[in-house]
Amino acid sequence: MNRLTLILALAATPALADPDPEALRRLVRQDCGSCHGMTLKGGLGPDIRPASLAHYRRDDLTDVILDGLPGTPMPAWRPLLSKDEAAWIADYLLEGDPE
Amino acid sequence: MTPANLSPNANESRCHSGFHLSRNTPAGGLRARLLALTLAALALCAPALPASAQPTGDLGLVVERASGSLLVVDQSDRASIGRITGLGDLSHASLVYSPDEQFAYVFGRDGGLSKVDILAQTITARVMQAGNSIGGAISDDGRFVAVSNYEPGGVRVFDADTLEMVADIPTGSKTIGLVDIPGTRFVFSLWDTGETWIADLSGETPQITRIKGMGTNPYDALVTGDGRTYIAGLFGEDHLSALDLWQEHPEPQVILPSYAKGREGLPVYKMPHLEGWALAGQDFVLPAMGQHEVLWVDARSLQETGRTTTHGQPVFAISRPDGRYVWVNFAHPLNDTVQVIDSVTKEVIHQFTPGPGVLHMEFTPRGHEVWLSVRDAGKVMVYDTETFEKLGEIAAESPSGIFFTARAHRMGL
Repeated sequence: MNRLTLILALAATPALADPDPEALRRLVRQDCGSCHGMTLKGGLGPDIRPASLAHYRRDDLTDVILDGLPGTPMPAWRPLLSKDEAAWIADYLLEGDPE
Repeated sequence: MTPANLSPNANESRCHSGFHLSRNTPAGGLRARLLALTLAALALCAPALPASAQPTGDLGLVVERASGSLLVVDQSDRASIGRITGLGDLSHASLVYSPDEQFAYVFGRDGGLSKVDILAQTITARVMQAGNSIGGAISDDGRFVAVSNYEPGGVRVFDADTLEMVADIPTGSKTIGLVDIPGTRFVFSLWDTGETWIADLSGETPQITRIKGMGTNPYDALVTGDGRTYIAGLFGEDHLSALDLWQEHPEPQVILPSYAKGREGLPVYKMPHLEGWALAGQDFVLPAMGQHEVLWVDARSLQETGRTTTHGQPVFAISRPDGRYVWVNFAHPLNDTVQVIDSVTKEVIHQFTPGPGVLHMEFTPRGHEVWLSVRDAGKVMVYDTETFEKLGEIAAESPSGIFFTARAHRMGL
């Protein structure tokens, strides 16, 4: 269902570039993984597997990714990611990796 | 717990040592080479020698972070000579060596502590000692291995022979920057409370010294090669803190105060690493956090002596073992580039792009080569540190940390 929402959202938004799932999956594992661990179970940053993020709404999580969390080491990814890409990552984190 | 001399892999490494013989034969014409080849062939067929017949001084291990394996590498051959698998989650893994350079203790992110035999290329012991860990150290006498943990926070100390736990030091905080210092002591810092603790394991029970006031959120720390100066990087402060461990009661000293004052802090996508290769000439070189620069302080006074603008936010700023040059890699998304800084002029003298995801750099013990792990190229690349010529590359799966056995004889690595 979320996936469908995402597709609809993407269709409605004239994105500069469609999110590249492979590149974003790699970014999450490797670069978010710098702090959250490659398996996302946490490190210096908290666990960001689906059960730990269950209290987040998708839009709020997208905002956290884009703007960071002031007062914590969570940086703003807006300089590097489009809103669509951040939303894709929010979905990816909330749903978990099917692999 | 496979004895080294029964492992099938051990035979491979011995065959390898046969080829070493031929390579090291002085150039004496065809006859000498034939003799060497014959010796090598004999070595292939000879009854098993004890595993210790292969020297370890020019070996190393490369962490393959995604596959939970270690590549065993031969420094002088610039080649991989085997792989040790089954080590769990090795993202951000590091390792230390036993004093005899035969064993490595591998600290996995998943809390796994593994002891591997680099000659037999096997795991000889493994314990899951915590839920989430971040590096470790081995005591000066080689008797104890300490692991620094995020979850549960604290340090646990293990018998280096058996990996039985000998001390549990809960801290109530994520624990970072664990290093060894003389006197069978370990030093580490507490992310949540800004303290540094010294654990003395020379007696029957660990003696803990707590030093408060290091600053908000220490994220990593180093000890200098002489074991004297412990420097903590601070996420929550615009400075670093240092301790003079030669003092009877070390007091935190602010260094590089307000180094980013008046400048916007950039988003930090990867925390810098502080490692013990910091002395460059008479200065220590340190990566700035949230800035595109490295910072220099006088090694004795700890007063700032300069700054060098860099390509991106530095992750590692590592001094070549002689201190003459400093090599720097960078955080995402500028992590395809490496810069070399002259430690006399403090100017960048060379910049190149080895490939996507340069995660770590390791110098050969006397610094004539540097090995780079280039994660997304799936390669370890070897460069001459004087000419910057590329000398070779080795295939590896998502390589991260590179560790040569010579680390066994250095403090604080």
